[in-house]
Amino acid sequence: MSRLIIDLIARATWETTIMVACSGLLAVLGGLPLALLMVAMRRGGLMPCPPAARLLGLVVDILRAIPFIILLVILIPVTRMIVGTSLGTAAAIVPLSLAAIPYFARIAEVSLRAVDPNLVDAVHAMGGTRWMIVRHVLIPEALPGLVAGFTVTLITLTGASAMAGAVGAGGLGDLAIRYGYQRFNTQVMSLVVVVLIVFVAVIQAAGNALSNHLRHD
Amino acid sequence: MDVNVVDVRHVSRRFGGHVALDDVSFSVARGEILGVIGRSGAGKSSLLRCLGALDRPDSGQILIEGQDITTLPQAQLVPLRRRIGFVFQHFNLLSSRTVAGNISLPLEIAGVPRAQRPERIAALLALVGLSAHGDKWPAQLSGGQKQRVGIARALANDPALLLCDEATSALDPETTTAILDLLAEINRELGLTIILITHEMDVIRRIATHLVVLDQGHIVENAPTLAIMGAATQSAVTEALLSETQPQVPPALRARLVAEPAPDGWAIIRLRLAGEAAWQPLLSLLGQQYGVEATVLQGGTTEIAGQPFADQIVSVTGYCAEIHDFLTQFDPSLKVLGHVPADH
Repeated sequence: MSRLIIDLIARATWETTIMVACSGLLAVLGGLPLALLMVAMRRGGLMPCPPAARLLGLVVDILRAIPFIILLVILIPVTRMIVGTSLGTAAAIVPLSLAAIPYFARIAEVSLRAVDPNLVDAVHAMGGTRWMIVRHVLIPEALPGLVAGFTVTLITLTGASAMAGAVGAGGLGDLAIRYGYQRFNTQVMSLVVVVLIVFVAVIQAAGNALSNHLRHD
Repeated sequence: MDVNVVDVRHVSRRFGGHVALDDVSFSVARGEILGVIGRSGAGKSSLLRCLGALDRPDSGQILIEGQDITTLPQAQLVPLRRRIGFVFQHFNLLSSRTVAGNISLPLEIAGVPRAQRPERIAALLALVGLSAHGDKWPAQLSGGQKQRVGIARALANDPALLLCDEATSALDPETTTAILDLLAEINRELGLTIILITHEMDVIRRIATHLVVLDQGHIVENAPTLAIMGAATQSAVTEALLSETQPQVPPALRARLVAEPAPDGWAIIRLRLAGEAAWQPLLSLLGQQYGVEATVLQGGTTEIAGQPFADQIVSVTGYCAEIHDFLTQFDPSLKVLGHVPADH
């Protein structure tokens, strides 16, 4: 195996890691508050406002309905505004995050909704404010589920990042398509697939371990 | 100076067309254990939510330590709730926190400085007998231990009032006894006022000094427990609730009961003795003074609200007006349930 191929794969792995890590982080920063809002505004929630909850849910669903490759293209002006360019790894993080935020928000919403409402009641009765309930009950009690959901989000992002090659973002998926598929280089394609399998397996294993460590019931 | 910790005045609460509470009034003095009993749907939960400032009544007043909580603005209810400890049927412990962490939560909410918390938590753990379990997770505890944590958590901020919502309903009988003993001990040692909401008369019998019976949102009884248990006549609702824990005529005998006295037969009576009279050897006295035979068929002597209380089904031979008069000196509520004719 040539030195060149190893360098290519190492570089692509690094690019994929950066894209997945950064957009994953942004998915939590954007998605968790959205999920909390959706849960809190439901009927019987911490600050009930069902119409707003429905509207927010609709926006989230619309974003999730757009195919990622389309999102990548229609976001080009926005990306250029934020990053300064619409090409490269940094530029791909913008559409990846925007796809991951509603995705994680829906997954997090399910975990937050599964928290026993009696616990919320108990802390309410103790004289806890809404913020205390979010901080001491909703997030800690849902944490094992949130971590499991975050793991799924990271793996979905790994898959989506392959398409980011369309804006020259690089990464493992891009490498597999250009060298493996378009140039009929089976060796590179197989290698990249093996690296991707390991990449996904490591994320899943780490996520499972952390989720189990946090689970005490 | 008002000594009542709780004063409920003409409280009503409706949900749509359904009346959950209708003109409910009662008060609880400092250090009392009040039992609130009723069937499901009697309004117990609505009352509890109103007392805990989690819900507002439609009309009437609820005074906690003299402060009317029904007119307080929302912002002032938050600190008020910290003066009320809640113990729940299903414990409601956070699975994401250790035992000590769960007890710490109300302290954090009340803004107790970090440095002062460990000492307070250790004292509370000792009080409920869980000193060795502070670092365990709730999932590692038994039901009784979880409820002990629930009680320690409710006591964390030195509440003026402890509200127990079916606190023993999810526990087995032995654990129930242990938890009730713990509540009675806390009541004695800390002088804490407790309101117990339950559907189990047995819980009331064991520790409640006062009793409120709720039925369809109305109060049907409101008196010291012993007075209600020993009263000659009770409302139908109270009677039904009491019957689970009261001795009953054995079924085989009940089938043979007749209304009229029979020669050589026995009378079956219900004898209830409160206070010191419960210790009197009444049945032996009957034998000595009237030469009749008296046997306890069901029941015995227990304690209600710390006082001896006998509740027995007794058979007496040669029952006559003199014996009746003798016994009613001790039990004015004495009831002749019927007569059993002699065999053949």
